[in-house]
Amino acid sequence: MAKFIIRRFFTSFLALIASTIVVFLISRVISDPAVLLLPMEGYGMDPVEFEKMKDALHLNDNVVVQYSYWIGGIAKGDWGDDLATRQPIAPKLKEKWWPTAQLALSAFILATVIGIPLGIFSAVKRGTYLDIGGRSFAVLGQSLPTFWLGIVGIFIFAVQLGWLPSGTMGEGFFLNKNLIMPTVVLAWLPMAGYMRLVRSAMLDVLDSEYIKLARSKGVSQRSVIWKHGFRNAILAPLTFAGVLLAGLITGSIAVETVFAWPGIARWAVEAVFSNNLTVLGAVTLVFTFAFIALNFIVDILYAFVDPRLRLT
Amino acid sequence: MIRRRSKFERTNTVPLRPEPARGILEGSVRKLVGIPGYFVGRLRRTQTVQATTAEATAAQRIERVSIVENDLGPIRSTLRFFRRWPVLSSFILTGMIVMAVFAPLITAGDPEKANLRHRTYPPFFQDSAADATQIEKGREEANYFLGTDQLGRDLWSRLAYGARISLAVAAVSLVSGIVIGTALGLIAGYYGGIIDELITRFVDVWLGLPFILIALVIALVMGTSFITVFILLGLLAWTPFVRQVRAEVLSLKYREYVFSAQIAGSSTTRILVRHLLPGVINTVIVIATFRIGQLILVEAFLSFLGAGIPPPTPAWGAMISDGRGYLRDAWWISVFPGLAIFLTVASMSFFGDWLRDRLDPRLRQVD
Repeated sequence: MAKFIIRRFFTSFLALIASTIVVFLISRVISDPAVLLLPMEGYGMDPVEFEKMKDALHLNDNVVVQYSYWIGGIAKGDWGDDLATRQPIAPKLKEKWWPTAQLALSAFILATVIGIPLGIFSAVKRGTYLDIGGRSFAVLGQSLPTFWLGIVGIFIFAVQLGWLPSGTMGEGFFLNKNLIMPTVVLAWLPMAGYMRLVRSAMLDVLDSEYIKLARSKGVSQRSVIWKHGFRNAILAPLTFAGVLLAGLITGSIAVETVFAWPGIARWAVEAVFSNNLTVLGAVTLVFTFAFIALNFIVDILYAFVDPRLRLT
Repeated sequence: MIRRRSKFERTNTVPLRPEPARGILEGSVRKLVGIPGYFVGRLRRTQTVQATTAEATAAQRIERVSIVENDLGPIRSTLRFFRRWPVLSSFILTGMIVMAVFAPLITAGDPEKANLRHRTYPPFFQDSAADATQIEKGREEANYFLGTDQLGRDLWSRLAYGARISLAVAAVSLVSGIVIGTALGLIAGYYGGIIDELITRFVDVWLGLPFILIALVIALVMGTSFITVFILLGLLAWTPFVRQVRAEVLSLKYREYVFSAQIAGSSTTRILVRHLLPGVINTVIVIATFRIGQLILVEAFLSFLGAGIPPPTPAWGAMISDGRGYLRDAWWISVFPGLAIFLTVASMSFFGDWLRDRLDPRLRQVD
């Protein structure tokens, strides 16, 4: 087990290094980021000042040196300066990561609590109206654009009915009105993913020999489903946790934009419009960190749950 | 007399009714399970069992049991046809493609021409409270089928031309994704070892990057244009092909015919292209149908965020973004493009399901 954790940790670390390189290269190499700093055409900038600024941002050094400055700063907790406001990024990042995490966490809980049972009932009651309903629900989740769902939600529940606020974050932790719509919109896609995965895993399991044995021993239906079936079927969605996480990250960008949620994803989208490359890079890196770290945890959990995996 | 023996025994052992000699017994298979010497498996709902009896009364002397397809009524057979073939989804997809290809023929107005006097006209089925006469006049003048947007541009034209953009962008990037992904998958699977390890790890790292944010960075650095969008979606499209093709090649490469080709002295390229590629092509097609839906969604999201095709060219995602500020007065600006995206992606997914069952049942996640 220790060996597994160490090896998994090592590959996660490598992935982390690789992703910082990718993020860095994309933001620096495709074209000169200094050009973005120049004001609009027609408003000149003193060439001396411009050179000074480039020096301050280490843009005149070669790529490897630039990278080491950047990564060294991040390792020390210095994320660089916000190009638009000339303020350090770190404190703002500290203040804005929690709303995003809160939204993602509540969406994750909702998706799990609804998606998994729905998948199981759908498999057990295969072919019935419940199954058809559940599957249509999943197809909806996978083909409705998240941002559009948010907009239509605002149109119906905020504009027409006036039941829920149309955006921004409210007071309080989980039970507040502002959280309801963003959570549901964000949770729909992972919910659909869970539902489909659990359903197909459950159908596989229910078809297996040990379920037939359990049934022929006279084990009750409830016990067959929840003790023999569910426990084995629940492993499949865990392997897809990475994909679901990636979906949650993309979704949070959409939801935070539509609902004006004060998190890092919306901050990054706003940064695009002000040519704010450093903020965008920082947020991208935070999401990548989060993704790799969570995947690492999921893998360890998975190995605890399923002993077969520790060996491979 | 139906007798249920235990909670789990669902079969009913029913004595067969006396029938005329050499007659045909009809009924569900469950009635025949109790007869010694015969085991009949599960039947489809549309099938029944016929048993030809040798003697008038003795059920034990059934000569032959045959399964016959029932002749369904017109309604049920139509329903079955719809369930068996992807009628609705291919209809919608064909409609979208026709709409995209013949956009100039089926629309009246220029999708980019603004007319501020004709701002936010409602679609044909909705009556507007505000200044009805003005709108009636405008409707007669220009015949806005789905209404107009906040700049008075014909929504139907924009939707049709937007289909061009969305489908073309998704299709082109899909093709590039197929080429890159399949090539890498073939190489990773066939060579194995360190090359395989490198490619697989690279795919893992790639999947871990928050794609939308990376896309925003690239769009910011390169500027928004057709080319940028193609590149962005191309960067996204290839990953699932690598994984599936690699897995497929791993199972194919130890087959006899591959060994024969190696022994006969075929070059590696020839083995990959002539012997392994045909074996994975079905998988590739199936993944492509699922992937194109996702690409359409991502393209829409990018143009919603302003990182897609630059305005005023109509794109579905950008149209949804246009209507955000006008929800109270003109819901149709945002709602119709969203419905178009949904219909396209959902049909793609249904069509993909059907295609998967047809071409590559191994990929099937029991449905």
